[in-house]
Amino acid sequence: MNSSQRRAQTGWRMVTFWLRTKFESLDQPLFWIMMGIFMVSLFAVYSASHDDPDRFIGHLRNLGMAMAIMVLLSQVPSVQIQRVAIPLYTLGLVLLVLVELFGFTAKGATRWLDLGIVRIQPSEIMKIAMPLMLAWFVHKHEGLKGLLSWAAAITILAVPTVLILKQPDLGTAILVLGSGVFVLYLAGLPWRLILWLTGTLVVAVSLLVIFGDAACANGVEWPGFREYQRQRVCTLLDPMRDPLGKGFHILQSMIAVGSGGVFGKGWMQGTQTQLEFIPERATDFIFAGYAEEFGFLGALLLVALYMGLIGRGLWIAIGAPTLFSRLLVGSLSLVIFTYAFVNLGMVVGVLPVVGVPLPFMSYGGTAMVTLGVGVGLILSIARDRSRVTQGFSLQR
Amino acid sequence: MVVRSPLVNDFRFRATVSILAVGLLFGLLLLRFAELQIWQHEAFAVKAENNRVALLPIQAPRGKILDRYGEILARNDAGFSVEIEPGRARDLKASLDRLTEILDLSPAEIRRFKRLAAEARRFDNVLLKSKLTDEQVAKLASQLDSLPGVQVLRRTVRAYPFGSQASHLLGHIGRLSKDDLERLEAGEQSQDYFGVTHMGKLGVEKSYEEVLRGEVGFQRIEITAGGRIVRELAMRPAVPGQDIILSIDFGLQQMIEQAFGERRGAMVVLSPKTGEVLAFVSMPNFNPNEFVDGIDPELWNALNTSIDKPLYNRALKGVYPPGSTYKPFMAVAALASGERKPGDTIQDPGYFMLGNHRFRDSRPEGHGTVDLKKSIVVSSDTYYYKLAIDMGVDTIHQFIMPFGFGQRSGIDVEGEVAGILPSSEWKKKRFGKEWLTGETPSIGIGQGYNAFTILQLARATASLANGGRLVRPRLVTAIQEPFTKGRTDLPREEPVALQLRPEWIELVRDAMVEVNLSGTGARAFQGAAYSAAGKTGTSQVFSIGQNERYVASRIAERLRDHSLYIAFAPANDPKVALAVVVENGGFGAAAAAPLARKALDYLLVQRAEEGKTLP
Repeated sequence: MNSSQRRAQTGWRMVTFWLRTKFESLDQPLFWIMMGIFMVSLFAVYSASHDDPDRFIGHLRNLGMAMAIMVLLSQVPSVQIQRVAIPLYTLGLVLLVLVELFGFTAKGATRWLDLGIVRIQPSEIMKIAMPLMLAWFVHKHEGLKGLLSWAAAITILAVPTVLILKQPDLGTAILVLGSGVFVLYLAGLPWRLILWLTGTLVVAVSLLVIFGDAACANGVEWPGFREYQRQRVCTLLDPMRDPLGKGFHILQSMIAVGSGGVFGKGWMQGTQTQLEFIPERATDFIFAGYAEEFGFLGALLLVALYMGLIGRGLWIAIGAPTLFSRLLVGSLSLVIFTYAFVNLGMVVGVLPVVGVPLPFMSYGGTAMVTLGVGVGLILSIARDRSRVTQGFSLQR
Repeated sequence: MVVRSPLVNDFRFRATVSILAVGLLFGLLLLRFAELQIWQHEAFAVKAENNRVALLPIQAPRGKILDRYGEILARNDAGFSVEIEPGRARDLKASLDRLTEILDLSPAEIRRFKRLAAEARRFDNVLLKSKLTDEQVAKLASQLDSLPGVQVLRRTVRAYPFGSQASHLLGHIGRLSKDDLERLEAGEQSQDYFGVTHMGKLGVEKSYEEVLRGEVGFQRIEITAGGRIVRELAMRPAVPGQDIILSIDFGLQQMIEQAFGERRGAMVVLSPKTGEVLAFVSMPNFNPNEFVDGIDPELWNALNTSIDKPLYNRALKGVYPPGSTYKPFMAVAALASGERKPGDTIQDPGYFMLGNHRFRDSRPEGHGTVDLKKSIVVSSDTYYYKLAIDMGVDTIHQFIMPFGFGQRSGIDVEGEVAGILPSSEWKKKRFGKEWLTGETPSIGIGQGYNAFTILQLARATASLANGGRLVRPRLVTAIQEPFTKGRTDLPREEPVALQLRPEWIELVRDAMVEVNLSGTGARAFQGAAYSAAGKTGTSQVFSIGQNERYVASRIAERLRDHSLYIAFAPANDPKVALAVVVENGGFGAAAAAPLARKALDYLLVQRAEEGKTLP
C-alpha cells in the first residue's frame, strides 16, 4: 500500500467519520420515524400521480428539500435560533400587512404577495415565526408573570391571527393560533381558563349538532362566519344535503376510506382514487386514497408514525435545556398534531373542510418547507439537549 | 441529583397532559376509521362499485316492415343528429341562437326541441335536428368546443320512404314519453326498455312492437368521475328486431290512395280465402316521418283540428251505416231464418206504409213485382222495409250476427272499433228504452242504428265470396330474420263456417253479378275482363223531411250521403273481396264503384299479367 493510497484511505475515513458523527448527532428515533413517514408518502403520492407522473417527481424533490432543511437546521445551535425570533416575526407581520394592502387575490382570498418573479404566502412564515416569537418572549421574561406580560403575549398572538383570518384563510389561522396557544399553555396558562374554554367549545359543538338543521336552513347567518364557512360546517353535519354539490367531496372521500376495509384494495388498485372520484387526491385528500388502498391497517400505521413523531417531540421538549427550547419544541410538536388531526378529521368527515395538508404526505412544496423547518428546529434542540445531558453526566 | 425548578416540573406535567390528549384524539380518529372501514365497510364498498361501473345500452336495430312482394315500407336510416343535454349547456338560449345560425333551423324545429326538452329526464340528450348533411356536420364539428352540452352523434332514424302512403296501416314510432315509461313500469316491462329511446306508437309499429323491437344490449364499463370510459368489463350484444312481412300489396295500396285523391274515405281489400289484407286505406293520411322524433306542436294542432281528421283511421275506427250494401246479407238472413223463399214476391209501389208512416223508396215510382234476386239487382228499398218488419229486429240481429257485423274482426292491429248491430236488447241497454216497430224498416236497408266498420263490411263480403266462411283478417303474414332472411309464417286461423246452404249464397252471388251487368254497378263495370259481384250503397248523413226529395246539389258537401260499394271477383272463383266508402260521395254507383273497379282491375288484370296471382 503506497502513501497516496494510504492518504486517500485516511481521507475517506475522515469523510465517513465526519458523516457518521453528524448523522449520530441527529435524534435517532425522530430520524427513523421521519423516514417511515417519507416512505409511506412515496407510495401514497405515487398512486395518486397516475395521471401526472411529474407530480411524483415533484414530490420526490419536495421530500429531498424537506430532508435537506431538517439536516441543515439540526446543525444550528438553539442560541442562534433564539436570535431569529424577533426579525422573523417582524418580517412576517410586515408582509401580512402588505398582503392586507396590496395582496394578490385568487379564488376569493387575498393570501399572496406578488414579487414579480415569485408569489409568496406570508401567513406560512407565521406558522414558524409565531411559536418562535412567543417562546422567546416567555423565555425572556422567565415565564409569564403579571397581567401586562399576558396582555403582551396575547397581542403577539392575536394580531397576525386576525390578519390571516381576514384574508380569509381559516386553515392557516387555526394553525398559527394553535401554535401560539400551545406555547401559552405550556408556559402555564391557568387551568381554570383552559377548562372554561374547552367547556365552551364542547357546548358550542353540541348545540350545533343538535340544532344543526335549523342553523343550516337557507338564509340563516352566523355572526363572525363567512357564508362559505357556514356551508362547510353544514355540509359536514349532513353531507347528503347536497350529494352532488358541496357534500360530494366529503362523501366520495368517505366512500374511498370505507371501501378500503381492513386490508385495503391494494396499492394502485383504489378505484375511488384511480378513477378520479376523490377531489384533491394528491394534496388535501391524500389520506382518502391511501386508506382506500392500504385499509385500516395502513391508516393505523400512519397514525402510529404521527403519534411517534409527536410523542418523541414532546419527549425532546421535556428534556430540553432552556425554557425557550422547551416551549418551541413542545409547541411545534403539537402543531404537527394539529395538522394531522384537522386533515384526517376532514377526510373522514368529522371536521369541516379546511385547507390543511397532511404533514409530509400531501403533495405541495410550501407545506413541506414549513414542516421541514419545524422538524429541523426540533432536531436542532434535540442535539443541544444531548450535549447538555452529556455535560451533566461529565460533571457528576 | 439534578434539582429542577417548579417551572420545569409544571412543564413536564403539561407536556404529559398534552401527549395524553393527543393519544385520546388519535384514538377517537382510529375509532372513526374503524367505523368506516370495518363496520360500514360493505355499504361503502357497494357505493364505490356503483361509482365506477356504468351500464351503457346498445340499441337494437328495429325490424323492417315489408309488403307481400318485398317492398320496404319502414326502415332505419343511419345519419348524424345534433343533440343537446340542457343540464350541461351553460347558456341554452345563446347556444340555440348560434345553432340556428349554423344549421338554419326552422321555428318549428326549435318549438319541437323546447317541447322535447320539457319532457326529458334530467340527464337526457334532447334531439335538436336529425339527418344532418355532411356540410352541416363539418361546420358544427369545428365549433362544438364552444357549445357546451351540444353533441353530434351517429344515430339511426326510422324512415318511412313512401311518406304518408299507408300511414294509417304502418303507424309510426315515437320517443318514449313519461307516460310510456310509467305504463311500462306498471307492466313490469321497463327492463326491456332500459336505454331505449323509441317505441311503436300506432298501427303495425305498435301492434308488432315486441317483434320489431329486438332486445337491447348492454356494455358494462368502468368510468372515471368525469365520465371517461376506462375499459369494458362485460358486454351483452343487442339482438336485432325481426322484420315483418305484410299481406299488403303496396302497389295496390298506392294506386287506391292516389285514386282517392282529395276525397275522404276508406277501403279494405281482402283475400277471401286467407283473410289476408291486400289494401287497407284510410284517407286522408299523414306523414309518419313527422312523428318519429316528436312532432312540431303547431303541425300537431293543425292535424288534430283539421275538419278532414287525417289522423283518424277510418278503415279501422270509422263506423258507417252500410246502406244498400247491407241487402245481400239481409237476403241471406231472410233465407236462413225461413222468412222468405227465393220465389216469394212483393209489390213495390215506391213506398212502404207502416201504420200511416210512409217509408220512401229511392225510386219514387217503385220497381213493380220484386222477388229476392231482383230486390238486390234493382236495390228495392220497399222489399227490405217489409222484410225487416216481417223478421223483426231481433231475428235480423240473430241471422246477421254470424257475418261479423257489430263485432271486432280480430285483425292484428290495435284500436279496432266494434260498431253497432242493433237489437231490442241493445237499445234497452244503451238508451233504457223499448224498441219501436217504426225503427225496424230502416234497419232492413242498412240505415238507422246500423253502424259498421269498412273492415267488417269487407270481411262479411269475403264470407259471401268464399262460400260462407268467416275469415279473420290479418296484416302480417310472416316474420323474417334480418340477416339470414329466413321466414317464419305466422299461423293462420281457420275460418269459421257459417251454416249457410250453397244455393242461398249462389242466389245472392248471381244477383250481385247481375248488379254489375244490368244494375246499379253496370256503368262502373262496363267492359270488365272478369265477372265481378257487387252491390252499391248510399248511406244517409243528413235526415231529410218526410216528403222532401234528396237533391245532392242543395245540401252542403259535408252533409251529402256517403257512397259505398262492396264487391268480390272473379265471381266463379273469388280471389278478391272489398268494401269501400267515399264520405259525402253521393250515390254508391257514382263514387265508390269506380274505385272498386280500379282495385279489381289492378289485381286481376295488371298484377296477373306480371305473374303475381292470388290464391
